[in-house]
Amino acid sequence: MREALEGSLAIARAVALCKPDVVAAYPITPQTHIVENLSRLVAEGEMHTEFVSVESEFSAASVVLGAAAAGARAYTATASQGVLLMAEVLFNIAGLRIPLVMTVANRAVSAPLSIWNDHGDSMAVRDSGWIQLHCVDNQEAVDTTIQAFRIAQETELPVMVCMDGFVLTHTMEIIDMPSQEEVAGWLPPFDFARKLDPTDPKSFGMLVTPEYFAEIRHAHHAAMTRALPVIDQIDRDWAALTGRSSGGLLEVEGDPAAEVGILAMGSTVGTLRAGMAAHAEAAGPARIIKLRAFRPFPAEALREAVKGLKHLIVIDRAISPGLGGIVGTEVAAVLADMADRPRIHNHAIGLGGRDIPETIYADLMAAIRDPDAPAFSVFDVDLEKLAPEDR
Amino acid sequence: MIEIRIHGRGGQGSVAAAYLLASAAFEAGFTCQAFPSFGAERRGAPVTSFVRIDSVPIQLRAQIRAPDFLIVQDDTLLLDHGITAGLKPGGAMLVNSGRSAEDVEKAFACRAFCVPATAMAIEEIGKPIPNTALLAGFLALTGLLPPAALAAALKGRFKGDTLAHNLTLIDRAAAAVPQGLWKEPADA
Repeated sequence: MREALEGSLAIARAVALCKPDVVAAYPITPQTHIVENLSRLVAEGEMHTEFVSVESEFSAASVVLGAAAAGARAYTATASQGVLLMAEVLFNIAGLRIPLVMTVANRAVSAPLSIWNDHGDSMAVRDSGWIQLHCVDNQEAVDTTIQAFRIAQETELPVMVCMDGFVLTHTMEIIDMPSQEEVAGWLPPFDFARKLDPTDPKSFGMLVTPEYFAEIRHAHHAAMTRALPVIDQIDRDWAALTGRSSGGLLEVEGDPAAEVGILAMGSTVGTLRAGMAAHAEAAGPARIIKLRAFRPFPAEALREAVKGLKHLIVIDRAISPGLGGIVGTEVAAVLADMADRPRIHNHAIGLGGRDIPETIYADLMAAIRDPDAPAFSVFDVDLEKLAPEDR
Repeated sequence: MIEIRIHGRGGQGSVAAAYLLASAAFEAGFTCQAFPSFGAERRGAPVTSFVRIDSVPIQLRAQIRAPDFLIVQDDTLLLDHGITAGLKPGGAMLVNSGRSAEDVEKAFACRAFCVPATAMAIEEIGKPIPNTALLAGFLALTGLLPPAALAAALKGRFKGDTLAHNLTLIDRAAAAVPQGLWKEPADA
């Protein structure tokens, strides 16, 4: 049913539709409303879930790890410093190949303290071995949350649903909420084959000597690679039920004949769409590549998506100091062996919640024409604010 | 697309106002988007919220830089003359104030109207929360959405006495402004 809903409330209701057995979370801006709404749904008896209030994100992640290992469908949510405090457990969850779902309400990481949106937090745990899916709008965030529970149980991997903090979590917009019947018929009961069972004792997370560690990492990498078609297929299955795709691994939009492509993750795509609609005549057309799956990285699909492009603008919402863009560097690596690969223009934009205006589209398109432009820049930096030695 | 920027102070319900206006737009069959811009998260600090209303899906996520309308919940915010920054030519500003509209129009060189929304709210709901009265006045001035749409949005958010008192308050506030005075910029 179509409703005008705040993103966080919609996510809480989407999680409730998936009937998790255990939810454990510690509130942190801008994820707070998700947890508050889940807590309210449990308190009002609309959601039959063991809601575990914890004293930190480290405990939240530990509780859902244990719950899922014991065979419970489990969910948590966090952001920013919360992701970092969880980091050790996130690597454990993935390394143990525990299927569970976590929402990251993407927010910048301190210092300096910022409560606002960028992707610094989920990027900091990029190599933890979690599936990471990015959402363009709150409809995709709702649909991806439900899909994530099925992806997790089919792949036996944990899934991080990344949604831009404030920009999505605190935005009210029209969302078509699935019904309980639709979700119940689509999402099979949680059945974890390796669950802890006193009648069939197993051990998790034992010491692994050098004789086996490489094999376990290899197997994890192989499992992530095998998750690529699963993520795509589950999105198709969801689309068959609801008529709505969230874009599989990645989605190509805009002008297929354009020689310029713009690749972005998350809500920035919406502003790029609006910017192209308003300025395509003056600034020229582009092919917009909406990257949904960041881990596992859809290398083959990306090579297909960029065919025929002369230029590819890659937008990062985080920075790796001393290197530059993270998505941009990965895209360059994946395209390196293509014969006619596009020239890559990598920009970090909107760090720490810097507003991304509609004019960004035209500004990015204009920057291509600068032959002296560096391969990477913080695009919206105002150097006048810095002392000369910091520029 | 109509873009509305709401200025208030923490505790006055500026974010709730944006959500209510977006909900009302949805009730009236439009697409909508509402979101806040938080600075310091505390009572009394300036808060800005944004509403977009359209008839097609809204893709733009940027903050509203060139609003069609401003709603100002606290007239001490008028001390910052930057408050009307970007207001479109022909746009208008509704202020919660006992001041005269002419006074504000002269000071800011834009169309303005004032409603003593806090005083009305204290009388009708017993709390100095001006948001629903201002929304009712705004919709009556612009004719942007039918009054029933705001009532439906309130019914989705409030219950019991709070709802009943707010429904009385919005009727009173709507009657206190010239109907359709800003219909022309709202239609454009």
